[in-house]
Amino acid sequence: MRVRVDAVSKVYPAPRGGELTALEDVSLEIGDGEFVTILGPSGCGKSTLLQIVAGLETPTGGRVTFEGAPPGVALTAVVFQEHALFPWRTVHDNVVFGLEVRGVAAAEREAAARRLLELVGLDGFADRYPHHLSGGMRQRVAIARALAVEPALLLMDELFSSLDAQSRALMQLELLALWERTRRSILYVTHQIQEAVLLGDRVVVMTRRPGRILAVRPVPLPRPRNERTMLDPAFLGLVDECWQLIKRDARDAMADVR
Amino acid sequence: MSAEPGRRHVVYQSGPAASPRPAWLLGAAGLALLGLAWEVVARLAWVPALFLPAPTAIAAEAARMAWSGELWRHLIVSLGRVGAGFGLGVAAGTALGLVLGSSPVLWAIGNPLIAATYPIPKIALLPLMILWLGIGEAPKVAMIALGVFFPVVINAYAGVQGTDPLMVKAARSLGAGRWHVLLKVVLPSALPTILAGYRLGAGIALLLVVSAEMINATAGIGFLILHSGDLMLTAKLMVGLAVLSLLGLASAWGLRALEAWLVPWREDQRG
Repeated sequence: MRVRVDAVSKVYPAPRGGELTALEDVSLEIGDGEFVTILGPSGCGKSTLLQIVAGLETPTGGRVTFEGAPPGVALTAVVFQEHALFPWRTVHDNVVFGLEVRGVAAAEREAAARRLLELVGLDGFADRYPHHLSGGMRQRVAIARALAVEPALLLMDELFSSLDAQSRALMQLELLALWERTRRSILYVTHQIQEAVLLGDRVVVMTRRPGRILAVRPVPLPRPRNERTMLDPAFLGLVDECWQLIKRDARDAMADVR
Repeated sequence: MSAEPGRRHVVYQSGPAASPRPAWLLGAAGLALLGLAWEVVARLAWVPALFLPAPTAIAAEAARMAWSGELWRHLIVSLGRVGAGFGLGVAAGTALGLVLGSSPVLWAIGNPLIAATYPIPKIALLPLMILWLGIGEAPKVAMIALGVFFPVVINAYAGVQGTDPLMVKAARSLGAGRWHVLLKVVLPSALPTILAGYRLGAGIALLLVVSAEMINATAGIGFLILHSGDLMLTAKLMVGLAVLSLLGLASAWGLRALEAWLVPWREDQRG
């Protein structure tokens, strides 16, 4: 399956009259099994783009096409920044939520839950509530919940930005390992340069106000990747290149008074 | 360790571990002490029994009323009114609150109506209810239902409004339709707020049943208290007050148990 984002724009009415352009003429393609990262400073509309691809927001211009999507499966599923687990559901019940609302039979749901919890290393935690878990474990549940509906494209919104630095580093490696095993198409939004380069097959760099694509950089680093990848001169070169691309926008974002 | 001028030598000594006294123990001790003082004051007849009968005299009166069935007769009548009124108010308030919470249009229509009628003390509606529904049980039950309805409908609305939009987005992204979002996301997330409305409603129901029974009734705890006061049967009056205190405690306890059962994820958080 190929996902094509064609000239998508999103304009909001501004609170004090006028308009606010969150996205302007954004076009990109995500190939089958590709891991694409979108890198941009805060306020560049990258989360808006993700929600448009997820069908949670309607673009004011352009369109999103899923070419050759397999029948019967979910097109997309989102893993949100703040994990967005249902606090009133146990880990197990969170994971099977998507299957439940899609009317999947109970036996099948149980099998999926067992398989997915094992995949993300949480087999012993099925009956816990989310608030019992650490931030990293919650994100693993959220990933399992999204994988449960077997989406053709997995959408991830700054997954690990609320974790501490060490958990984040570990979760990035876990996500890489998970992707190696599932090879699912992923669109991953982040403001962290190292993360974008480490995870992605391609890095899409965005500017802010309005959100536009500034550059697309393929990441020629070999897979499977791990923490050694981050010592590779090619990795460091690419990180620096991306930093130079977004430095000015990041500085503007920092000076922004809200 | 020579004492240099302008220098201090500070040592924090070790000490025994603090042993906190449980709050309930202090509370029980306070109650017992008050009861004892009351008994002494009454027994020594510092205050005439007409104004302040001894706790033991009140207990004896309660036992007598329980034995003769008088207590149960009044209690059952009051409980019936509270139960019917509370049930009706809760059912209507919850349903309407959920509907208003999910539809901005209906809220825009309903909000002024609720805002205009909410401040009316519900006891003031009793004459109108009697006019509409006749004398008997119906006007009392209707008034209690109205009193319960408002806090419940407002809390149910607030609970729905308080649903984290992120939760709704997450559910939709996983394929949940409108109905599933309402049933599996909005309702559980609003439940703690809805139950808080029930607790408010229970207090109001108790207040209203007593008021109604003092205005127009021939049985019930409110009638018992008013009637005993008229006849200067102070011990009997006190029994009525004690029953109200126990009813309030029991309803609060029951609703807490209901919440622990319906909202286990909250209960866990406390433990």
